[in-house]
Amino acid sequence: MTTAPVSVAGIGAAVRSGEVSAVEVLERHLAAIDAREPDIHAFNLVTADAARATAARVDADVAAGRDPGPLAGVPIALKDNLCTRGVPTTCSSRILEGWRPPYDATVVRRLAAAGAVFVGKTNLDEFAMGSSTENSAFGVTLNPLDTSRVAGGSSGGSAAAVAASFAAASLGSDTGGSIRQPAALCGVVGVKPTYGTVSRYGLVAFASSLDQIGPFTNDVRDASIVLEAISGHDPLDSTSIPRGPVTTTEVLDRGVAGLRVGRIVDLPGGSDPEVEQRLAEAFDALRAAGATIVDVELPSMKFGLTAYYLIAPAEASSNLARYDGVRYGMRVDAPDTNAMYGATRAAGFGDEVKRRIMLGTYALSAGYFDAYYGKALKVRRLIHDDFDRAYAQADVLLTPTSPIVAFPVGAKVDDPLSMYLCDVFTIPTNLAGHPAMSVPFGTGADGLPVGVQVLAPTLGEPVMFQVAAELERAAAR
Amino acid sequence: MSGYTIDGWEIVVGLEVHVELATATKLFSASANRFGDEPNIHIDPVTLGLPGALPVLNRQAVELAMRIGLALECTVQPCTFHRKNYFYPDMPKAYQISQYDQPLNVDGWLELPGGKRIGVERAHLEEDTGKSTHVGGSGGRIHGSDHSLIDFNRAGVPLVEIVGRPDIASPEEAKQYVTELRQILVAVGASDAKMEEGSMRCDANVSVRKPGQPLGTRCEIKNVNSVRSLGRAIEYEARRQIALIESGEKVRQETRHWDETDGHTHTLRTKEDADDYRYFLEPDLVPLAPDAAWIESVRAALPMLPRERRRRLAEATGVPADGEAVMVVVERGQDDYVLAVGAAGGDVARALVHVKEAYAEQGSIPSVPAADLAGMITLETSGRITATQAKTVLSELLSNGGGDAAAIAAAKGFEAMDASSLEALVDEALAAQPAAWAKYCDGEEKAVGAIVGHIMKASKGQADGKAVSAILQARRG
Repeated sequence: MTTAPVSVAGIGAAVRSGEVSAVEVLERHLAAIDAREPDIHAFNLVTADAARATAARVDADVAAGRDPGPLAGVPIALKDNLCTRGVPTTCSSRILEGWRPPYDATVVRRLAAAGAVFVGKTNLDEFAMGSSTENSAFGVTLNPLDTSRVAGGSSGGSAAAVAASFAAASLGSDTGGSIRQPAALCGVVGVKPTYGTVSRYGLVAFASSLDQIGPFTNDVRDASIVLEAISGHDPLDSTSIPRGPVTTTEVLDRGVAGLRVGRIVDLPGGSDPEVEQRLAEAFDALRAAGATIVDVELPSMKFGLTAYYLIAPAEASSNLARYDGVRYGMRVDAPDTNAMYGATRAAGFGDEVKRRIMLGTYALSAGYFDAYYGKALKVRRLIHDDFDRAYAQADVLLTPTSPIVAFPVGAKVDDPLSMYLCDVFTIPTNLAGHPAMSVPFGTGADGLPVGVQVLAPTLGEPVMFQVAAELERAAAR
Repeated sequence: MSGYTIDGWEIVVGLEVHVELATATKLFSASANRFGDEPNIHIDPVTLGLPGALPVLNRQAVELAMRIGLALECTVQPCTFHRKNYFYPDMPKAYQISQYDQPLNVDGWLELPGGKRIGVERAHLEEDTGKSTHVGGSGGRIHGSDHSLIDFNRAGVPLVEIVGRPDIASPEEAKQYVTELRQILVAVGASDAKMEEGSMRCDANVSVRKPGQPLGTRCEIKNVNSVRSLGRAIEYEARRQIALIESGEKVRQETRHWDETDGHTHTLRTKEDADDYRYFLEPDLVPLAPDAAWIESVRAALPMLPRERRRRLAEATGVPADGEAVMVVVERGQDDYVLAVGAAGGDVARALVHVKEAYAEQGSIPSVPAADLAGMITLETSGRITATQAKTVLSELLSNGGGDAAAIAAAKGFEAMDASSLEALVDEALAAQPAAWAKYCDGEEKAVGAIVGHIMKASKGQADGKAVSAILQARRG
């Protein structure tokens, strides 16, 4: 090989065949980390030594004629809310500082079994609450394409790690857009699979009914390969769908002729004009490739953000109650148990996490439940019904991933509502449990990347990838 | 028990009984469900509520809970799990997974031995907490203690909470309810139901009212650790409430703690400081809908219940079903044995008496083969040995684990006395006790004792008391 492989597909094939060693591949990525990580801060922890040991083992397997698996030697970064046995897992929160999980998340086990090499744990908004990775207790992650800007969030570290070539792929988690939005802002591919496709076992929960793990990669094919490796039924997650891995690689070259692509006529406005322009071009490209564009309505989509900011905090208020200083993580001593809880949680959680815990506790409280949480669940049902009607007319829907391109660090930190609006197009997908992915599609203001979001119905990953691959080809032209 | 009043007040009691299920593993994880081991050895990420861990429902627990429901004549229905949120150090997740508005079993009843039916509102599944030991301070309570130790072996153990309707009208009925419930739970193999070990716990909701009046304000009594305490606590609480009302005060709705040592109930918490549990649907679990085939297979496998067993034994022996002998023998699980003795040719009523009296310490499977006991009873009922001799033979059988009753009787020199020998003994006794005979003939029944005693002494206990009495009665005319 004349040029070193950079893609998941290329590295996996080259390492398996012995053309390139896993150690070589790893060292190239570690060199990139050494060079640029101080300016980007994608990682909470770089696990270089463990990665070198793994890479050497992969090479030994190849030398001995054993197949290390489809991801042989592929350097992968893990969002720091995925449990890694013996390796600190912080959720970018002080409250979990020093905690080392005694077990691996299912996705971590599956990637390891496929031959992957883990390069480190990536930064995130604390407990995945945020859209800019500015809510991290350990500092902001900067956008590799413009380090005065945010990388998006909450999986900002994972998006930046791929964009900066610190890893060939990474995993993030998406509760309301936390994979897709940073993917769009960093110019990479990000996938939120159908709820239940990827096991949540070992993902530190933010909002359990919405959380889903997915990959970041440089291209659509790589995303397909990583998703196949991490998906499929897991008996340890009761919400896991009892079926095999999601296989989409065989549809990538099929084109979109005959497919119906939906345009949401009542899509909430307020996007950058360039973003609107790129979306229009995406529709044009698909039409040119033989797809039919159909208009659909999603009238309840505009209530999605409000419903989300009741449901997600409500679940979070319960999920985060376990951080009480009794068994692990931070403990601030106090004269009695209740005071210890208060002091620990006051010191351990950042402002945004506290804000959402209070919001969620209130929404579930006696006397308010029906008006807030109960009503939000009804909206969730309405959104689901709207999508069902839309998918009776269209195979996929297209929207911008984010209404805006990467914004300057600090621009929105004091305005939570404007930050929340970053997720207006991504949230309805989580409420419905559907898959969606962001594909880079040209640039917007200041030459920053724009992502187009492809949405599909439950288990519609094949058609979603089919369309995403076509958009990728169009964007390259 | 109907008509029970204290100073003209009726009491109304509803019982909430928690039972630990006799499963191999915990409700949501693979750790062993075992009592009495070294602390904190039956733990795992799920039990400890570690970040990222997820619950997986134990099928055996569901099946045992269904057995309880079906034995209590409940309807088994599709159900869901909720989170009950509150902070306590021995509750690892800071929420308990329980069932709320859609429990597994609803609308059943339990029949007391006397025939009265007590309604069962629901019997639902939930997880147990860990066990706290408060060190220092007084009374083993968290308040005022120096520090607390937590054993998580019990955390996540499956419980069924059986919520009875307020149909209980006396302390005695409450005791009968719990005793009967315990027998049912043991019979169906759902639990060992030991109040002293905490595998069965009982809270009592108590209120009082004048006949015909609406229900009074109730208090919930906790920490009742035996059937006897239950009766005492209910009676104390009823009298306390009556005294309050009669002195012009009001009963305050509250949770009260039964103190075994002073025999009083004390305020634990009032309604005002009750927790708001913020129940919401547990997003980490899916709805549980046992299908008809499963329900019917569980129903078909149910053993005969105590009520049925008592009826069967009563019919076979001609003794009342709620009489002491039948109650005791069924509770000990010796009824099958009694019936087997009958089937082997022994008088079944006599077998009931012997088993009740002689087998008290013998556990549920008497060591003497039924045919051997039948042989002994036949010797007795045919008059070949006396009742006193029968006891001697039986104790020989018990210590040998069986044997030929006739051979034992012969070896002991127990010989049936023929009628002429008995008549001769009577002649001799009457001659020796003329005064007693005269009194007896004058109608003083007690006087017969001296004559019978004389005969027994003279025969060295071999005379049959019944036969002697019959001769004496015949001679008196």
